Amino acid sequence: MAEFNLPQNSRLTEGKAWPKPAGAAKLTEFKVYRWNPDTGENPRTDTYFVDREDCGPMVLDALIWIKSKIDPTLTFRRSCREGICGSCAMNMDGKNGLACTTGIDECAGHGKSAGKVAIYPLPHMPVIKDLVPDLTRFYAQHASIEPWLKTTTPAPEKEWKQAKDDREKLDGLYECILCACCSTSCPSYWWNGDRYLGPAALLQAYRWLIDSRDESTGERLDNLEDPFRLYRCHTIMNCANACPKGLNPAKAIAEVKRMMVARQV
Amino acid sequence: MAEVKQAARPLSPHLQIYRWSWTMAMSIAHRVTGCALYAGTVLIAAWLVAAASGPAAFETAQAIAGSILGRLVLFGYSFALLHHMVGGLRHFVWDMGYGYEPQTRMNMAKYSVVVSGGLTLLVWILAYALR
Repeated sequence: MAEFNLPQNSRLTEGKAWPKPAGAAKLTEFKVYRWNPDTGENPRTDTYFVDREDCGPMVLDALIWIKSKIDPTLTFRRSCREGICGSCAMNMDGKNGLACTTGIDECAGHGKSAGKVAIYPLPHMPVIKDLVPDLTRFYAQHASIEPWLKTTTPAPEKEWKQAKDDREKLDGLYECILCACCSTSCPSYWWNGDRYLGPAALLQAYRWLIDSRDESTGERLDNLEDPFRLYRCHTIMNCANACPKGLNPAKAIAEVKRMMVARQV
Repeated sequence: MAEVKQAARPLSPHLQIYRWSWTMAMSIAHRVTGCALYAGTVLIAAWLVAAASGPAAFETAQAIAGSILGRLVLFGYSFALLHHMVGGLRHFVWDMGYGYEPQTRMNMAKYSVVVSGGLTLLVWILAYALR
């Protein structure tokens, strides 16, 4: 059953307002989710002011700026700073994305937080610290769809060959970087994430289902034929709206559902 | 090894902070109208029972349905029915594998409000015109 409210220990409190940097001409206000496992206090939102003339254009630039200039305890994941590692996935301005490919100016804010940039960890996940969510289950779900080539015929002497147009079927699927923006944007995954595989794992499931070289399509479909694993997708489309790589998990899931029907008729 | 005591991990905020989009809103509206249809079906059943019970009971049911409040409820029911029907067609198109492009999916969700609202008004205008 869906639990819409946050548990008692997860409710947000107003945090610290850090002083504005001196002598800055252009400031942008950031509201950032903080939780420290050592204190055991409820999570809070801290307010920081970033000197935009001293900082790069992306949200990740601002977070690094805050960490090095104001508050070294601010914790977040980051690595490649160019949208290929998927580490800095978080919720910015109410939408999931990568901090390194989201411009500060894209986060306009809305309502009473207009002009402010609100930053939270990926939604409905256990928080390890600040903006770092625990992705253990997410990775386990990816592993459960067995994301590798499965064959029964003996391996060829050289490589497994694939026609050009069969290879093209993998476009829009293989580019997934497993950042978890899609799965954690999905209300169905919020309410049933323990049993529903979520858009990221299902997009990968489809990537192997339509691979012309793979020989276990039937078993893969059997594994997904379940009221929760696949069919908790209700085409809400938050996944496709969130994907920072412009992929479409919703469509991939629809194709898997079509394959389920096609093998029965 | 020293034991490290750590607080239970909080759950990150979700509905509280996620920005609404048309597709998300219409998905939830589809569910809400679907639930409303249960109540509407009960009303229809009650009306049929009244019709089967005799002229006096039917007279009462008609009076309740014809009152201002009754008409408001019926208007809501007809909107829920048409919204759910339009939503069902939208999902049918998606389940067939069409309409997934960014602009298309948003427009399909957005215009299902316009279309279902328009159809509801049309039904009521026709109902009053043909009375």
